[in-house]
Amino acid sequence: MVIKGDNPLSVILSVKKISKKGGVLMDFSLTKEQQMVRKILREFAEKEIAPKAKEIDLTGEFPWDNVKKMAKADMMGIPYPKEYGGAGGDYISYIIAVEEISRACAATGVILSAHTSLACFPIFQWGTKEQKEKYLIPLAKGEKLGAFALTEPNAGTDAAAQQTTAVLEGDHYILNGSKIFITNGGKADVYIVFAMTDKSKGTKGISAFIVEKDFPGFYIGKVEEKMGIRGSRAAELVFEDCVVPKENLLGKEGEGFKIAMVTLDGGRIGIGAQALGIAQAALDEVTKYVKERQQFGRPIGKFQGLQWYIAEMATKVSAARHLVYYAAWRKQNNLSYTMEAAMAKLFASETAMEVTTKAVQIFGGYGYTKDYPVERLMRDAKITEIYEGTSEVQKMVIASNLLKM
Amino acid sequence: MNEYKDIWVFAEQREQRLMNVSLEILGEARKLADKKGVKACAVLVGYGVKGLADELIKYGADVVYVIDNPLLKNYTTEGYAKVIADLANEIKPEVILYGATYIGRDLAPRIASRLHTGLTADCTGLDIDENGLLLQIRPAFGGNLIATIICPERRPQMATVRPGVMKKAPKDGKREGEIIEIQANIKEGDIRTQIFDIIKEAKSKVNIEEADIIVSGGRGVGGAEGFKLIQQLADALGGVVGASRAAVDAGWISSDHQVGQTGKTVRPKLYVACGISGAIQHIAGMGNAKTIIAINKNPDAPIFKVADYGIVGDLFKVIPALIEEIKRIKNNELA
Amino acid sequence: MNILVFIKQVPDTNEVKIDPVTKTLIREGVPSIINPDDKNALEEAIRIKEEYGAKVIVITMGPPQAETALREALAMGADEAYLLTDRVFAGADTYATAKTLSKMAKKFDYDIIFCGRQAIDGDTAQVGPQLAEQLNIPQVTYVKEVKIEGDTLIVKRALEDGYEVIKVKMPVLLTAIKELNTPRYPSIKGIFEAYREKEVKIVTAADLGVDPQEVGLKGSPTKVISTTTPETQRAGEIFTGNVKECVQNLVQRLVEKHVI
Repeated sequence: MVIKGDNPLSVILSVKKISKKGGVLMDFSLTKEQQMVRKILREFAEKEIAPKAKEIDLTGEFPWDNVKKMAKADMMGIPYPKEYGGAGGDYISYIIAVEEISRACAATGVILSAHTSLACFPIFQWGTKEQKEKYLIPLAKGEKLGAFALTEPNAGTDAAAQQTTAVLEGDHYILNGSKIFITNGGKADVYIVFAMTDKSKGTKGISAFIVEKDFPGFYIGKVEEKMGIRGSRAAELVFEDCVVPKENLLGKEGEGFKIAMVTLDGGRIGIGAQALGIAQAALDEVTKYVKERQQFGRPIGKFQGLQWYIAEMATKVSAARHLVYYAAWRKQNNLSYTMEAAMAKLFASETAMEVTTKAVQIFGGYGYTKDYPVERLMRDAKITEIYEGTSEVQKMVIASNLLKM
Repeated sequence: MNEYKDIWVFAEQREQRLMNVSLEILGEARKLADKKGVKACAVLVGYGVKGLADELIKYGADVVYVIDNPLLKNYTTEGYAKVIADLANEIKPEVILYGATYIGRDLAPRIASRLHTGLTADCTGLDIDENGLLLQIRPAFGGNLIATIICPERRPQMATVRPGVMKKAPKDGKREGEIIEIQANIKEGDIRTQIFDIIKEAKSKVNIEEADIIVSGGRGVGGAEGFKLIQQLADALGGVVGASRAAVDAGWISSDHQVGQTGKTVRPKLYVACGISGAIQHIAGMGNAKTIIAINKNPDAPIFKVADYGIVGDLFKVIPALIEEIKRIKNNELA
Repeated sequence: MNILVFIKQVPDTNEVKIDPVTKTLIREGVPSIINPDDKNALEEAIRIKEEYGAKVIVITMGPPQAETALREALAMGADEAYLLTDRVFAGADTYATAKTLSKMAKKFDYDIIFCGRQAIDGDTAQVGPQLAEQLNIPQVTYVKEVKIEGDTLIVKRALEDGYEVIKVKMPVLLTAIKELNTPRYPSIKGIFEAYREKEVKIVTAADLGVDPQEVGLKGSPTKVISTTTPETQRAGEIFTGNVKECVQNLVQRLVEKHVI
């Protein structure tokens, strides 16, 4: 008798259950493989990532050490096939990784998520064989870092209002314009940049490009000083007659907006996982603290008021967990996931904000100081309600999916 | 099974000096032998070690088997296992005890396997039950459990004993016993490992996070001078120095000694908190220590709530007295 | 070169707590890990494989859930894994365990057998040497460094006050201590490979051809007759008054409890 590990076949079988009955598969357990991923990543995050989180937040220094360690552990391309430099794993394992890393250090978590979901994914999905070999392989191996550049000074929530232009001149495009708040900006080697190739066509006139950091005419501008996730970079990218070879057009001209939107759907699950990691970290800190801190002659965890807070926090974190992993499961099984991803991101980010704020409150005066990590968790949590589509955008997405109006 | 008699002790020696633990287990063997009405015997293996036999007798051995051979000068697994196993097969002791040293724990299991008998490791207690069986008491599960073990059928019953736990018998200068020299039936080919070099190394500076014993100073220590006293207590106990945040912030000691929420988390076997009030940030760093002792002037200091033992008093008076008492106890053991 | 690494899956005894009411060990929810010393042995075997070329075969005797430990070992870089699992093996003391493991070892053509020095649950450090004896091969315990020169190993063997440098020809059994190396994390790719491309083979008593009387509880010369849990509540004994008396009382307690 021989034991073989869980293989992708079992996942496909459960998909068949869904499409026949139209119901939801009720087995919520992680596969043995996913359980091991969580176990190893938790150890890794606790021993290798968490100890530096406070310092990274204080100095705002980009955590290259963490990135190198993750690359060494084959973590920078988890859901991509081995032939493209990835770890050959499943999507849920990748989401587990984002959650566990974010639980230790939210800044490192978003570096991982932006790189894997926003930079690697579009090349994997729409790239030519040459583009995959040239860019996806080093990115997925962690030899290069990736970024995704859509947001502009005048195009945030209104992402379609792209003003960066790309004009075809012979064998290259000339890009002009600027992007802001780009995660991994200035640290990445490879950027997925969106620009208008045909203004007359509206969203169908936007195209996607693979831009290398050394392309002439590409500069890094302002680096934002942020409230939280201070180790992560949010930078301005400036294109002044930037020369991009025409082979670096990603997908077809005019496909750019679709590429951006579909990519962001997946990115949202990543941010949901980041928010979940932050929320879980706050919950863990609180449950530990209320057993140690004594007032009125007993541990404060004995007081019903706090017990109720903690019950509410834990319930919301559990709900967030279910939403995030459900969206991940749908994506992994090739089911539509746009609405579920939006719900996951919306709920997880709001939960993270709520739970971290409550955590500071429970820690009292100590929680407001840098001695304890909860004030950092609260500052880290806020951005999850804003980037990769604000909570308001998520609601737009959910409503439009439901109402189709 | 009835032909097995007497309590044996492997009298470990290194560089022709008896290890302390050998005398400790001999003291224990003496007690067990008296309880059973049999002899306590020592097995002395080495080269040029016959002179040690007398000391073993003074410390309680009735018989000392001396196996002296140039091939046995330095400990080797196969050299020592062969001669001891051969002797045990010939003379049939009922019990053999070894010190649980880096050598004892290498040797005893090899012999146990060769003699197809049972072995219990790192005992902290031994006794004889109503059936005359050796009761072997030892910690397990990382110290979370104490187990009592017997070897009901096979002989000899064997155990390695933790150093520093049993008591030596008092030295009796007038005691007499038998010294029996044994011819070692051993040749070079029997020993398949070759000792190429022996290097002595002072134990490298212990990382506070890995230390078994930590003595920490807090605000009550009053200044950098005061930390000298903390170091002395640490030395007396064989531990390292820690500090609370207050002491580090005041510049009395460097931050790599800091224990607590913003310092290091430690999990030693023994933590002594001197002049530390016990603020929650400090407890967060040491609350899981196995045994906590607190010394503080203030009887209401929160540290006493998490301590196993405490002394209310001026640490400048308590610590010197404590060092003296510890040294006195340790000297008694060595004497 | 073939290296056999014997590992044990153990509860993380750092996380074990005593139930204050029943005074027994709470084993639920305690994570299972590869015994730390065994991980050092495994890591060294994989390093030797990377440096000199070797096949690393990892073996464990345990209940079915020990399979996870073997998968983790495969994820770290081991090539083959075997799980010796059978009711007949259960309840074994170190002698009977070594006997079972020796029967398995004999099925291979090995150059090095690597074990951890001591398991954090049994705490005996006996299986390695007993296995070496049963296989009639030399042993070096407390290994903190290994170098290979042809068919000879040059090993640093720790003592309380330093170390010895020992030369020994293969085959040989080594037991690893934590100073030997820092074990790697399994890479994520390694985890997927361990579950999708590598196998854990199950071996029963029948496969091994052991006599049930020789192994497991039946084959164990030692028997545990009772277990107790030591006092767990913080004692909270505070001494006041005369300094000399306080100190004497304190030290006496500490000596009684084997703290010093």
